[in-house]
Amino acid sequence: MVLVLALGDLHIPHRAPDLPAKFKSMLVPGKIQHIICTGNLSIKEVHDYLRTLCPDLHISRGEYDEDARYPETKTLTIGQFKLGLCHGHQVVPWGDLDSLAMLQRQLDVDILVTGHTHQFTAYKHEGGVVINPGSATGAYSNITYDVNPSFVLMDIDGLRVVVYVYELIDGEVKVDKIDFKKTTAPTHSAH
Amino acid sequence: MIADGVENEEKWLAAGIAGLQQNAFYMHRALDSNNLRDALKYSAQMLSELRTSKLSPHKYYELYMRAFDELRKLEMFFKEEARRGCSIIDLYELVQHAGNILPRLYLLCTVGSVYIKSKEAPAKDVLKDLVEMCRGIQHPVRGLFLRSYLSQVSRDKLPDIGSEYEGDADTVVDAVEFVLQNFTEMNKLWVRMQHQGPAREKEKREKERSELRDLVGKNLHVLSQIEGVDLDMYKDTVLPRVLEQVVNCKDEIAQFYLMDCIIQVFPDEYHLQTLEILLGACPQLQPSVDIKTVLSRLMERLSNYAASSAEVLPEFLQVEAFSKLNNAIGKVIEAQVDMPIFGAVTLYSSLLTFTLHVHPDRLDYADQVLGACVKKLSSKGKLDDSKATKQIVALLSAPLEKYNDIVTALKLSNYPRVMEYLDLETNKIMATVIIQSIMKNNTHIATADKVEALFELMTGLIKDLDGAEEEVDEDDFKDEQNSVARLIQMLYNDDQEEMFQIICTVKKHIMTGGPKRLPFTVPPLVFSSLKLVRRLQGSQDQEENPFADESSTSPKKIFQLLNQTIEALLIVPAPELALRLYLQCAEAANDCDLEPVAYEFFTQAYILYEEEVSDSKAQVTALHLIIGTLQRMHVFGVENRDTLTHKATGYSAKLLKKPDQCRAVYRCAHLFWVDDQDNMKDGERVLICLKRALRIANAAQQMSNAARGNTGSVSLFVEILNKYLYFYEKGNPQITVAAIQSLIELITTEMQSDNSASDPAADAFLASTLRYLQFQKQKGGAIGEKYEAIKVLVNDTVVIFTEL
Repeated sequence: MVLVLALGDLHIPHRAPDLPAKFKSMLVPGKIQHIICTGNLSIKEVHDYLRTLCPDLHISRGEYDEDARYPETKTLTIGQFKLGLCHGHQVVPWGDLDSLAMLQRQLDVDILVTGHTHQFTAYKHEGGVVINPGSATGAYSNITYDVNPSFVLMDIDGLRVVVYVYELIDGEVKVDKIDFKKTTAPTHSAH
Repeated sequence: MIADGVENEEKWLAAGIAGLQQNAFYMHRALDSNNLRDALKYSAQMLSELRTSKLSPHKYYELYMRAFDELRKLEMFFKEEARRGCSIIDLYELVQHAGNILPRLYLLCTVGSVYIKSKEAPAKDVLKDLVEMCRGIQHPVRGLFLRSYLSQVSRDKLPDIGSEYEGDADTVVDAVEFVLQNFTEMNKLWVRMQHQGPAREKEKREKERSELRDLVGKNLHVLSQIEGVDLDMYKDTVLPRVLEQVVNCKDEIAQFYLMDCIIQVFPDEYHLQTLEILLGACPQLQPSVDIKTVLSRLMERLSNYAASSAEVLPEFLQVEAFSKLNNAIGKVIEAQVDMPIFGAVTLYSSLLTFTLHVHPDRLDYADQVLGACVKKLSSKGKLDDSKATKQIVALLSAPLEKYNDIVTALKLSNYPRVMEYLDLETNKIMATVIIQSIMKNNTHIATADKVEALFELMTGLIKDLDGAEEEVDEDDFKDEQNSVARLIQMLYNDDQEEMFQIICTVKKHIMTGGPKRLPFTVPPLVFSSLKLVRRLQGSQDQEENPFADESSTSPKKIFQLLNQTIEALLIVPAPELALRLYLQCAEAANDCDLEPVAYEFFTQAYILYEEEVSDSKAQVTALHLIIGTLQRMHVFGVENRDTLTHKATGYSAKLLKKPDQCRAVYRCAHLFWVDDQDNMKDGERVLICLKRALRIANAAQQMSNAARGNTGSVSLFVEILNKYLYFYEKGNPQITVAAIQSLIELITTEMQSDNSASDPAADAFLASTLRYLQFQKQKGGAIGEKYEAIKVLVNDTVVIFTEL
């Protein structure tokens, strides 16, 4: 069992002063094995904070990131899953599932994590999963009105991944759970 | 010399101890054989060792302690003697035959103690006799130790209330009188020590004196332990008498020590009820006395007392503690003209802490203290004394800590005036403290007035101050400015008019920040403004209301402000940031249905793209954002839209790298096909974009072939194939099955060609694309049918790829 924290679009300090205190008290060092961050942190201080939670930190570049060294896309393998990471402003139309699916095919990943829209979503798509953890600070967005702060915790276990989404609604943390199973490698013998 | 002195002293001490032990030995023998005469003789000889004046107080103490232990045995013997019927009065007379005065007085005190215990005479008479007789020793060190001995042996025999020695004739008044008298005499001896010996040994003497101070202070401790000393007696007798001695001795060391001692040993409520008397003594002390420490400790004690229980607070009000302390401090500062500014600020800081604890509701008191501090500071100009500035930071932090709320501190009119005296560095530290307090307590600063006051406080962070040409650490500067950015997020009011005023106020201040600060402060202001636009949009009817108040806040007005704000970034210059912000505004204007405003923002973004963004990587990202934003715009009429899309495709085809060109161009296809808008579905222009992308991909291959000898990856073609599939699935009639099939054919042929470079990523991409085709076919229904029409040529290559 591996715990992966996925979050992004914090936009500190341009659009939000800090992570919500309730999230901060939940995110404690030593529990998470990997962090994947879609970008727009936007400053080094946030990077350093995330590193205190877990040193295995993967970040893709958002359009407001101070650090220009983050890559546009990144792939990594965790257990049986191949994960892809991209901020998402490069994928037009923004937040469009079919376009994201193309990126998923291009990166050839089981789970694609993107951001930019500030709206939590998780779709099962052609045997894979496309996840957007939303904005961890509930930052302003032109794309999504009334953004609630949210992040995602993925529990990867064998061929199964359970996606927990934590959302802060009116000061209360609500948790939702979505279950995905990876179908074993697709067979093409019929053709 | 000094080493010699120390060595000699050791020798003398050793000799003293030897003499003492030898006589003690004979004394023990006499005691064992009940030989009173010999016992007195040898004890007197033993005590003669204490007559030395060669030892420092420290060494003398060692000798004294040994004698003290021996005297305990003698006292036991006297008690036995008295029990056996020996008259204690006779004993009292007998010991007075000792030849030397010092041994005589030690013996007298020892017998005296037994005498009181026997109750054969009233305690007060014996005590009075002893304390008077001790006057016979006027040598400071010997006298102090002798009286200390007296104090020690008499402690448990004072006619205190409830004590067995209390009687008709013996009252607590006598007990107090005795201790006070002993205290007075000891203090005199202690002070006199200062004036003995050569002037050049002053420092050494002061050190020796401070070693002895607890002998004197012990008396005050004894006084505080006497049950019978109630508030009245403390107020009427004890305190006035002690203070009289303190003031009259005119000795700096004694005054400082004893004032502190009084404050520490007597109870808080006594201090509170006698504040006037205690404070009245302060201006009478020597000017060199460190009165600020004394008063600070007093206020600290009282603050803690006030904090200990709410029940005691009425006492403070009743005695008007604040005004008394305030007056006293004023007088002390006035009287001690040479007091360093650090001292004065320390006093004000203590007084402020006191009033915050005791009178949390009296902001005027706090302001009064700050005002007095300003008055003192005004004669000094900016502070450069690090100790003083540290105290000022403590002073200014105190209200923040107490109220956890800068809003309360902002009500203190003198608060900003104190800050004016800080040097730039300290101003910044203080500003950071303020911001941290706001963040920690989640304080919402809710009015433009308060925002104005707050920014006035933090000028050190907001702009360059005149003449401050100092080296600033890059990281520190970033941290500071980021904290200002965070602060801007905390400025909020539900009322839209007030919020607009807040934004105007912030803008006014940050615009003075200069090119280094603007990139940090402009974005938070822009997003704060856009949030307000969003709220107005939600609450206000967007139809132009002819009756609307001219001055009322509207999205239009905010967009004007935003335009000016972002424009300021051009002098930095920060074109990439400005471009992003313009696009954000354009989309917000789109949501408000303000076409001209949106067009203007887009124009600004385009100008920046054309004139200022030159780095090819930056161009690619900027173009992503331009296309992505434009794709979402629905406010534009045909003409404006055409202009903007035309430009965007033009920029795309002009990117430096062919692959970037190709990708940007196929992305532009989305500008002509918006899913949920039927008037924005121009299938033909979609196809034109895709074909153009194909041509560029081809050109890229040829270039690669010419430069590297192979055609490079087919990845671009696979990407374009995916776009064909995308629009095909969306129902664009211009995208034909034939075109898709021939594209797949082209890709597979390319892959088989010896001329192409192997690219596992592209192979995997094609494989997953073909898998997707398969997947869609199996879906059935309309989609399945659509995909069924695409016949993937089952040649070897494709089989290989699908098997992967």
